[in-house]
Amino acid sequence: MLGLLKAIKTTISTALRKPVTVQYPSVKKELPHRSRGLPVLLWDFDVEEPFCTGCQVCARYCPVDCMTVTMKDNPLYAEGKSKRKKIVDKFYIDYARCMRCDICVEVCNFDAIVMNNTWEGVELARYDRHDLVLDVDQLMVQSKSGELKDPFREPMGVAHSGWTPKVRSEEEKEEVAAKEESGEE
Amino acid sequence: MTTEYRVTPGKDLETIDINVNVGPQHPATHGVFRMVLTVDGEQVVDVDPIIGYMHRGAEKLSENCDYRQAIGYQDRTDYLAQFNTELCYVLALEKLAGIEPPERANYIRVILAELNRIASHYMFMGAFGTDIGVFGTAFMYTFRDREIIQDLFEEVTGERMMYAYFRAGGVAWDVPNDFRERCREILGAVRKGIGDIDGLMTDNEVIIARCRGLGPVTPEDAINWGMTGPMLRATGLAHDLRRAEPYCIYDRFEFDIPTGTRGDVYDRYLVRLEEMRQSVRIVEQALEGMPEGPIMAEGLKRTLRLPEGEVYMRNETPRGEYGIYLISKGGDKPYRLKIRSPAFSNLSALRAMSIGSYVADTIITLGSIDIVLCEVDR
Repeated sequence: MLGLLKAIKTTISTALRKPVTVQYPSVKKELPHRSRGLPVLLWDFDVEEPFCTGCQVCARYCPVDCMTVTMKDNPLYAEGKSKRKKIVDKFYIDYARCMRCDICVEVCNFDAIVMNNTWEGVELARYDRHDLVLDVDQLMVQSKSGELKDPFREPMGVAHSGWTPKVRSEEEKEEVAAKEESGEE
Repeated sequence: MTTEYRVTPGKDLETIDINVNVGPQHPATHGVFRMVLTVDGEQVVDVDPIIGYMHRGAEKLSENCDYRQAIGYQDRTDYLAQFNTELCYVLALEKLAGIEPPERANYIRVILAELNRIASHYMFMGAFGTDIGVFGTAFMYTFRDREIIQDLFEEVTGERMMYAYFRAGGVAWDVPNDFRERCREILGAVRKGIGDIDGLMTDNEVIIARCRGLGPVTPEDAINWGMTGPMLRATGLAHDLRRAEPYCIYDRFEFDIPTGTRGDVYDRYLVRLEEMRQSVRIVEQALEGMPEGPIMAEGLKRTLRLPEGEVYMRNETPRGEYGIYLISKGGDKPYRLKIRSPAFSNLSALRAMSIGSYVADTIITLGSIDIVLCEVDR
């Protein structure tokens, strides 16, 4: 009997606590900065073109093969406006396949892809599953509109062993990308 | 329960045993698990557990992708103790490659793995209360507190379930700056939460009446069944890999190994409750000792390549001894990866534990094993 009374005491003391429930669709909790939604591409506002050069390194490292990427010659490079010789042509990500492992962000040489840390990155209800395959324009909508203000792009721990992609010059970056393409380390 | 009657001319009325299917889609089976119970009235005569509904070939999948890609698949074997399963995998890689992770990474790993253990046991407490049939309350309390831990994991790794955060040689990125304060906050909430469960369930006469003496296992039987984890410790054997074969940096922390005496369902509950308290102790000590510094071993290539050889690494997950047996023939993919799943071995004793008990008690016995079907079927 004493144990039952103890249990009832616990229940009553809990009943007096504030509820912790959040009324989700109408009230949305703030997502942490590192929240890993589905991957999106970033837009370079300086040159008005995507960061992505279509080097396919993300597609090759993807464990579930959810990406398809092709590359083309950059028209802005011919005009002398951009430093990128090549630019992304087609980029498809199948959100239904993506397992949000963050490897594409880690391996990207150009910091062109990030995990979406807004609510759009996690709410993917669609009426048709074919709508879950996004093309290059749809992938950049959030970045272009400025909705994706502060993506989390901390380089993985390898940076601590001296591998820092951000300090590389453009030529070096392209060299790395060319090496990646030929399948070397 | 209905009983069939069969009348044979010239003989008295007799009863026959009937088969009852529990599952695979049944809330009490903790996943997609099927039991064929042979019942004589209310009493269970035979149990035939049928597994394999959740088989996704996690081992084969891990063999087909490189070592970093496979980390994501390790989360998906035991989805309640993801950090622990990841830890086992990366420790196996480090053992074979001879990588020494830096101090800070080790501390981060221990803190997260222990918090994960607490979260997993919270899940057990909630489901256990529901299995007994009265306490939807326990489920609500434990999930309220588990959510706080999940929030921390989300702040650190960005994901709520499939973290993919550990890497061979360290962790993927550093923890947030306010990690220590957040952890202390959480430990406070956890202590309060454990007090809630303790008050609600431990001395409760209903729980004791339902669970005392149910599904007892002797230490000898437990060893023969290959049981590990809280199931084994409830029988009175103080075997914990964190103490018996310290991996990571577990030899630096002080903690007790709770043991039971009778090996029944109630003892398993008590052992898990005490384990949560010990995990809090470990996390406190680890937070004290966590140094600043690098979080990734130096001199690693972008793609990990292992030398030829084989390795078996095991660690203590909330369910018991989780093992990874890995054969490498060189290159960036394993030749063979075998997962030793603790819940599989523990589940094999289900038949012996539940024969002779009632149907409702079988559900409690199954719940007390704390199975994760993704891990059993892999």
